[in-house]
Order: sequence, then C-alpha cells, then structure tokens
Amino acid sequence: MKETRDSIADIWGSRTGYEGQWPVRVDERVEEEPDHWVQSACVLCSNGCGCDIGVKDGRIVGVRGRAVDSVNHGRLGPKGLHGWVANNSPDRLTKPLIRRNGKLEEATWDEAMSLIVSKSKELIDKHTASSIGFYTSGQLFLEEYYALGVVGKAGLGTPHMDGNTRLCTATAAAALKVSFGSDGQPGSYSDLDTTEAILHVGHNIASQQTVLWMRVLDRLAGPNPPKLVVIDPRATYTVEKATVHLAPRVGTNIPVMNGLLHLIIEAGQINQEYIDAHTLGFEELKQIVAKWTPDRVERLTGVPADKLREAAHILGTCNSLVSTALQGVYQSMQATASAVQVNNLHLLRGLIGRPGSGIYQMNGQPTAQSTRECGADGDLPGFRNWGNEEHIQQLADLWNVHPDQIPHWSPPTHAMQLWRYCEQGSIKMLWISGTNPLVSLPDLARARKILAKEDLFVIVQDAFPTETTALADVVLPAAIWGEKTGCFTNVGRTVHISHKAVDPPGEARSDFDIFVDYSQRMDFRDKDGNPLLTSTWQTTEDAFNAWRECTRGRPCDYTGMSYAKLTGGSGIQWPCNEQYPDGKPHLYEDGVFSTDIDYCETYGHDLETGAPRSKDDYKLLDPKGKAFLKGVDYEPPHEEPDESYPLWLTTGRLVYHFHTRTKTGRSKALYDAAPDSYVQLATEDAARYGIAEGDMVEVTSRRGKVLEPARIGDIEPGLVFIPFHYGYWDKPDRPRAANELTLTEWDPVSKQPHFKYAAVRIRKV
Amino acid sequence: MLLSHYLGLLENSEKQLTDAFEHVSRKHKDEPDIEQICQKLSAWSREHHGKIMSFVEKYSEEQSNEPANLKRDLFTQKRSGSLALLRDLHDVWLLTQEVQLCWIVIRQAALGLRDEELKACYAFCSARTKRQGDWLLGRIKQAAPQTLLVAEE
Repeated sequence: MKETRDSIADIWGSRTGYEGQWPVRVDERVEEEPDHWVQSACVLCSNGCGCDIGVKDGRIVGVRGRAVDSVNHGRLGPKGLHGWVANNSPDRLTKPLIRRNGKLEEATWDEAMSLIVSKSKELIDKHTASSIGFYTSGQLFLEEYYALGVVGKAGLGTPHMDGNTRLCTATAAAALKVSFGSDGQPGSYSDLDTTEAILHVGHNIASQQTVLWMRVLDRLAGPNPPKLVVIDPRATYTVEKATVHLAPRVGTNIPVMNGLLHLIIEAGQINQEYIDAHTLGFEELKQIVAKWTPDRVERLTGVPADKLREAAHILGTCNSLVSTALQGVYQSMQATASAVQVNNLHLLRGLIGRPGSGIYQMNGQPTAQSTRECGADGDLPGFRNWGNEEHIQQLADLWNVHPDQIPHWSPPTHAMQLWRYCEQGSIKMLWISGTNPLVSLPDLARARKILAKEDLFVIVQDAFPTETTALADVVLPAAIWGEKTGCFTNVGRTVHISHKAVDPPGEARSDFDIFVDYSQRMDFRDKDGNPLLTSTWQTTEDAFNAWRECTRGRPCDYTGMSYAKLTGGSGIQWPCNEQYPDGKPHLYEDGVFSTDIDYCETYGHDLETGAPRSKDDYKLLDPKGKAFLKGVDYEPPHEEPDESYPLWLTTGRLVYHFHTRTKTGRSKALYDAAPDSYVQLATEDAARYGIAEGDMVEVTSRRGKVLEPARIGDIEPGLVFIPFHYGYWDKPDRPRAANELTLTEWDPVSKQPHFKYAAVRIRKV
Repeated sequence: MLLSHYLGLLENSEKQLTDAFEHVSRKHKDEPDIEQICQKLSAWSREHHGKIMSFVEKYSEEQSNEPANLKRDLFTQKRSGSLALLRDLHDVWLLTQEVQLCWIVIRQAALGLRDEELKACYAFCSARTKRQGDWLLGRIKQAAPQTLLVAEE
C-alpha cells in the first residue's frame, strides 16, 4: 500500500504558493505495486483530472495523477484517489436480469436484447417511436453518447432523449447559449494562474472541484493572491478563504447580481468601447439593474449594502476575472437569468477571451459537456440548432437519412417532461443508462410511482444494483470507467481519453457495445438501405472518427484530434483543427461570438417565460456575432415558508461523495469519511426546537418526510441543509433521501429542476 | 366616438384572458410548468386590465354592450386526457389573438387622438400579449406531436 497523501483527513494536501506556471505534484494511491499503468482521467467530478490507472494481474490496484496534464498537473482529490475501489466491489452486476413473475431473474444477453428489440418493434408499430424514451447520465463516454444519439435520432427517430445532466448542467448550457449563441466555456482553467479576482456564485468549489480549489489555494499562498468574492448562503470551506462573502436568502440570486451590476455601471467601471463593439442590449439591461440599489438589495436578500459595495468594488476594478457558477444558481429560482448575469459581468467589463479572464458555467458531472456536444441529451450533435433546417440537413447527410427522420419539430424533450409523458402513459418504454433517478430526481414519491407503473417497460443499464434497478423490467450489466475505452470533455473544453485497463466483471458490457448491438438487432438502415452508422461500428475509435466529422465547422471542432494524439500527453481543448492543432485556450478572443444566424445553436428564449424565439424574431435582432446582454427583474420562489412549513430547505453535495453514491459509497475510505446523511441547522433554530447535535430530526415538506441526525452551525437561521447523495440501497430502514422533500418544477429556459428551495418543518423525534 | 366600444371589448377580453390562464393553471397543475407560467401570465393580464380601466373611464361617454363573449365558446367541453391540455392551450392562444387585435385597432385610434398615454399603454401591454402568445405557441408545438400521435384518450 502506497499513499502519497491522506486525502481523507487533508482534502487538498500541502500548499505550494506560485506565480506563473502551477507546479506539478503527483498524487498517488495504490494498494499494491502495479505491473503497468494505463492512461485515463477521473470521472468523479466535472474537473476531469488526468490520471493513470494502476493494474496488477488484470485488476485495478490504484491511481496516480498525470504530471503532464494541463488540468491537474498531477494532483487528485479524495474521490479520485479512492473512488476506483468500487470497480472491484463484490456486488457488481454481472449478468442481465429479466423480470419474470414479478421477480428479476438471471438471463442471457440474447434473451435480454431480444426482449428489448421485440418490445421496441411492437411499440413503434402501434404508437410510433415517440413512445420510447432514453434517460442517460453524465457517466458515459463521448462515443457512447454519440452512438446513442445516432440510434435515437437517426435510427428510431424519437425526440425523447435526455438525462440526469438536465438536473445539474442544463442551466450552464442554457446560459452560454443565451449570452454567446452557443454552448462551450469561453475560458480555460489556466486562467486561475494569473487572474486578479475570482467570483464564485452558488458554487462551493472547495468541496465540489477539490483539485481546481487546490489551484486557487496555491495562488492564495503565492506572491500575488487573487481577491475572492463568494456568494453562498452557507459558511463553507470556500467561504473561509473569501475576501468578501455575501450570504443571500434562498432564491435571491437575481437581486444580488443585479445589485452588483448596478454598482459597477454606476461607478463607470464598464468597458463602453467593448460594449458598443461586441454586445447588444446594454440600455435595457442598465434599466433593469438600475432599480437594484444596495439598500433595496439588502432589504430583500439580507446582504448588507456595504458588503455588496465591497464586492462590487473588487469585481469592478480588477483587470482580470474568473467567475464560476454552480448549483446554487442552476437549481434555484430564475436559474438561467442568474447565470446569465455572470456572463453579463464579463461582457460589461470586457473581461473575456484572454488569459486570466474566464467564465466557468460549471457542470456537476465529468462528461456532461460531452453529453451536450453529442446529442444524447436535449441538444443536437455538434451544437446544431433544431430550428435551423440547414443544420438538420447536415446531420441528415452525415447519417444518410431523410431530414424528417431526425426529430426537430420542437425543442428536444427535456428530462422532466420525459418523466411526465411516462406518468401519463404516452412514453411506454424508458431506457435508463448509468444513473439512479430514484435518488436524484425531485419529489421521489412521484418518481417511484412512475417507474412502478404496469404499462411502462423499464430498462436499466448500470454497474451496480440501485434503487432504480430494483424497479426495472430488464437490467443490463454495464462496464464502467477503467473497463472500456472512450473520451470525454470537462468544463474547460479539455478532451481526455480513458483507455481500457481491465476487463469488466462477468458478462458486463460497455454502454457502447450495448447501443451498437441494439442498433444491429433493430436493423436500422439509412435511406439507401445500408446499415446505419452504429450498425457498422466495430470499436469506439470508429465512433470517435465519425464524431470528428460531425463536429467539422462547428464550435466544438474535434477534427484535429485522434486517439493517437490524445494518447501519451495531456488532454486537449477544443476547438482542435488545422488552425489550432493543439487546441485553443480561449474562445471569443476577437469579440466575435457564435450568434450569427446561420451558425448559432439557438434562436434564444424569452428569459422570463422560456418561450422559444423564432428564426424570424432572430432575424430582426440580427446580432452578427455580437453577444447578448439580457436581464430580468426579481421573481419570488414559488414555494415560500409559511406557518405550516416555516423553514427553507436547501440541498447540496459533500466532498467525499458523488451523485447517489453508487460508486463512492462502495469505497470503504469514502464511505467511512461520510457514512450518513444529516440535517444542518443554525444554532438559533436548533435552540428554538430543542435539538442538540446528533438528535434525530424529522423534516417534512408538502411532498414527504425524512429522518436525519442534526448537525448544528455554519448556516443562516431559517435555512436547513441536507446532502442529496443518500438513498436506500445501503440503509433501507429510514426515509433519508433529501429528494423526498423537493418539488417538481423547473427553470423555464433551461428546464433544470429547482432543488435548492422547498418549505419544510422540523421536529425532534 | 366609438373608441369606448373597442376599449370595452379589450377590457373584457383581458379579463377573460386573466381567467383563462387561471383556469388552465388550476386544471393542469400536474404539469408543473403550465401551473407556474399560467399563473404568471394571468397576473400580466390582470395588470393590463387595470391599466385599460383608466382609459375606459376616460372615454366612457358611450358604454358598449357588445363585449363579444368569446369565452362562451371556449373551455366549455368537459375535456380530459392529453388532448385536453392541447385544446385548452389552443383556446387561450385564440384569446391572446383577440386581445392583440383589439390593441391594434385601438392603437390606430390612439395615433389619431395623439393620446400619448394610451400609446404607451399599448406599447407595454401589446408586447407582453405577444410574449403570452409566443409561450402558448411554443408549448402547443411541444405538446402536439406526442398528443396527436402517441397519447390515447
């Protein structure tokens, strides 16, 4: 056993203050000395750190960071160093299961796939392919998403393809599209090496992206530390390092952001030349934010006016700025509108498209960016615009199918609508891959009822038994990270390859092989009668090469990448093509954005209602490469505390766990570090309800109840917090999933559910 | 002057639209986006109605007794199933068009009268009516294929 650092006790490790290049530190943890190393990258947060997998006798025995990788310079966090243990867990799914007489029984692959194919054909025959839906995750590789995208869009022709990325990153994508015309982060993680100031909004980076936070910590320990503004209602590890901490009431991100922009505009700290040359909508935005004086912001949000001024001074005077936003924005009221305000800040100050100035509209999962690129989520492959006939024709040409085979008659079905169609019975077959909605969806009682419906045929493809596989009609055992080859993209547009290190256990197969097998068995053909792409792919490299063609000329251009080029060194950022053979660290260097009518990924939405804008409406705007400045006024959350439910509930993540703990709960070190859920209460609230540290507390909302041990302190009075990771597979004896309490509603533009607020009451039991 | 005639028609239509959004919000509350957005759009129409009332009073020398009660023909059937949502959204969209047309007619008069307040009221309300219609149309387009091709009665 070799461990270069104890990442459980000391999450971020020792400090190396720096200026310029971030120094290398190789973190390693192996249980035995490997006989060889295989190149990969970590999939347990959206950072996507380059790592090598240590293999001995065909078994994973450890990991180490890759010193050459531009993302992590060799470092790994606690999840990266310990999560791989789950691969060797004895309770892996190793054989397909079919429900017979109410019980899941072992079956052969042939039996399972034949059943799925005959069910699919029967449904298509009776109800069209719109009776089939796919719900995927951020755990698949790019080639698998693209295969699924081709199967779903060119093979079946169903508009119902989305995934749990909707729950965590839809707002990131929506905000980037609203402001810049297309998805894709403008900046680069290396911006942190030189930036003068950092803004974290609703983003507890210290827990969520531990390695990125190491980079910030090392800057803070160096000679020219950046100033840090943190907006978060809780006192987190991130907040401990803040120069200014603003703690707004739940659901008030818009007033705070409007207030900051107002102060910056009022102080004349904007770059008027940049605004005039490269943006549209300044006057309207100015009018909207002008109403948000510091005193008004203070009354509504509880953020003291002086603190707001202090934060605005930092954000208004820095010469370079990195901003990040995450679930505190994305899963809260007015999500897209709030995230867009972060983009506005950079546009107003002209701090975009150059080293030191980046915007990270963060993702929750490591490969969420690839989901969006490839079209297995609610987008079309290569950031194509569903409203643009020319873009649809490009896909039709690539796949050699009729354009109307590709569903583009309205926006692709978003996840919550997909579940609603299942509830109503018009989706009759739901294929879930690599995710566990019965812990992660809001309003779990409703989700459980849907999956248990007699008339819904449920396929679940996963590596482990979960709350969701328990309700499936067919379970397909899947290979995971380390057991298959593929690529994925992190928040910084960096593409990594992860090579297969070991064989999957038992009969488990990669998601790629399963989707290709389905395509072959369904006998999907193109319009000349030849097998559809997916039916001819032998390896994931075939899919990658097809994907490269799909990205040609689009913002996420992969044409300069190959498996060979991705192997051996660092991950590479897109666009990577003839012009940028080593990738491009910054988008929009020339102030030309992806908003041109023929190029843009969307014609936009009404920020308040979510109504899609038509091509004709867009023609009137004719942005020709200018970015959009857009704003909205404050709207209160739809459920607020009252006499019956007097407290706010908010949810979030822990540093030691990922998603629904399917993997991290199976690593002993991570499990022991955070074995159970809890409810965090303010000292004042604990005293009022007579609750002491560790007491069992019943938390009830209009939708359900949970029992959680109390943890007291580091939170605003009136607010309670429950981590969302915990479900029932390892502890069926008490209701404890935070999502028993959350509500079924979503942001009108991004369609991301509102997990961050619900009204609850508590009592000691 | 027959302007009050049309203001009455508009006032009545905005009121019906307020009620219609409210009705759809309640009836389809299992569709969370419908419930929330329709409440918001109902509030918009309520606000428009309030603004129009001052012009109804200003030009009230002749009250019209012909507020064409479009609602009488809408929302009357007892609909259920997926088709109900589509048909109800369809009907509300028709009401938004009624309001929009009233505004176009009234704006012509406002220009002739050089009534700056009425023109400003038109600019504000009519833009929002378009947004109400846009949202309905977007939602109708989303619901249509699933309802017509897959859903059962």
